[in-house]
Amino acid sequence: MNSLSFTALRTLWIKECTRFMRIWVQTLVPPAITMTLYFIIFGNLIGSRIGQMDGVSYMEFIVPGLIMMSVITNAYSNVSSSFFSAKFQRNVEELLVAPVSSWIIILGFVGGGVARALLVGILVTLVSAFFVDINIHNPLMLILTLLLTATLFSAAGLVNAVFAKTFDDISMVPTFVLTPLTYLGGVFYSLSLLPEFWQWVSKANPVVYMVNGFRYGFLGASDVGIGTALSVLIGFNLLVFATAWHLINKGVGIRS
Amino acid sequence: MKALEIRDLHKTYKGGTQALKGIDLDVQEGDFFALLGPNGAGKSTCIGVLASLVNKTQGQVRIFGDDLDTDLVRAKSHIGLVPQEFNFNQFETLLQIVVNQAGYYGVPRQVARQRAEKYLKQLDLWDKRNTPARTLSGGMKRRLMIARALMHEPRMLILDEPTAGVDIEIRRSMWSFLKQINQQGITIILTTHYLEEAEMLCRNIAIIDKGRIIENTSMKGLLAKLNVETFILDLAPCSKEPRLEGFEYRILDDHTMEVDVAKSEGLNGVFRQLSEQQIQVLSMRNKSNRLEELFVRLVEGGRDK
Repeated sequence: MNSLSFTALRTLWIKECTRFMRIWVQTLVPPAITMTLYFIIFGNLIGSRIGQMDGVSYMEFIVPGLIMMSVITNAYSNVSSSFFSAKFQRNVEELLVAPVSSWIIILGFVGGGVARALLVGILVTLVSAFFVDINIHNPLMLILTLLLTATLFSAAGLVNAVFAKTFDDISMVPTFVLTPLTYLGGVFYSLSLLPEFWQWVSKANPVVYMVNGFRYGFLGASDVGIGTALSVLIGFNLLVFATAWHLINKGVGIRS
Repeated sequence: MKALEIRDLHKTYKGGTQALKGIDLDVQEGDFFALLGPNGAGKSTCIGVLASLVNKTQGQVRIFGDDLDTDLVRAKSHIGLVPQEFNFNQFETLLQIVVNQAGYYGVPRQVARQRAEKYLKQLDLWDKRNTPARTLSGGMKRRLMIARALMHEPRMLILDEPTAGVDIEIRRSMWSFLKQINQQGITIILTTHYLEEAEMLCRNIAIIDKGRIIENTSMKGLLAKLNVETFILDLAPCSKEPRLEGFEYRILDDHTMEVDVAKSEGLNGVFRQLSEQQIQVLSMRNKSNRLEELFVRLVEGGRDK
């Protein structure tokens, strides 16, 4: 990467981070509050009656999934809303007239999404430390899963924003696709509790691999193979990044 | 050196609208160039292609010798664009907007801050540097877009109706600023609906209509084509009706008349005849802007063909 591209990328990344920090009450506080409620209601009140799952307390079991849920939601919504706003206000033209390559645009927006996702992930982890003792089984797996999930959903948010024509279009995917996939992705239960057919169906859900890969990093337990989880994450990343590059390079939704 | 070379430029939008139908245009380095045309003529599409906001259908564009197709990065770095509509983030401060724009062109942050101070001060915006852009007046927003376009110190500035909706005082200060940066060597291409603005600032001119260039010449050369001008004379109160031999004229009211004067004839004959009738002329003005008259003739002439 030459110095022009590096300066442009750094500028876009700082701009994106400044944006979500400027509206921290909307971007950082809500996930912390929501996850605290999840820990109190599902973990403490209901979890105490459920007992153990995969050899750990229910509260410990749901911590990795809840962190991952915040990471997915925040990575996606940060980039989809930021890029769509830039399109809507037409300030995306500031990037289009400059000698900024499609990759720099993608990496700058994805970098902003990853930064917010990681910050929210740390906040939720700190909240969870009030309820359970945090132990890390495999730090490398933890970091890899976290980063790959954040990049994947940030890039997916960008693809959504490229196609979106109204603000409704950027809220439809989180409501009708992301939320069901996340809730059915093994955040609150182990796949082993499901009948064999539904276990098989669940394995078609990519979120299962992210939640389980991350859970393995924390607890050393997973419903899917670690190699498979990483392969699925890398595969989806390649697919979504290639799509984002094709769309931005062609100027879909941003150039006439 | 040619600052801009456009050859056989076509643009057809998805719906089939042909916005540009084979444009050829040259702008020399250091020129102050006007691109005029009625609404929907293709001016903004043409500027959009130069600024990489519109994908061309066919043709070649070179900016200071760098081809948009093969040397895009270098070609883009020569241009600063002031678009017609406000297109900055309304929630960012002025300083953030201009410093970020410089960053996209690879200007290091420290240098960008120095340039921001220079240009925001020159455009009377420095006191507002930490204010969100949405709180600025229309004139300030226009000036902010000029400052933003200059942050990477481009060799060519393209302004798409930069003084639309701006009061006359600010418009004049913007003209003076644009003249100053043009004298420093920046090539300027301007589109405007204020033809007085084009006449006052620009040395060369192209008129575009229905996606084609219908006139491309020097401002002097174009104005020389105007062989008849209409003047309005304000007359002192008088008992008799004025009469002019050899001139087309119209009496508008008791003390106002309109006279068509051919350039070859001059105004002396008008004054002599009125003086002989003991009619005093209190003041005189052009009926309309000279360029405006030519513009209307050219565009209407093109449509009659």
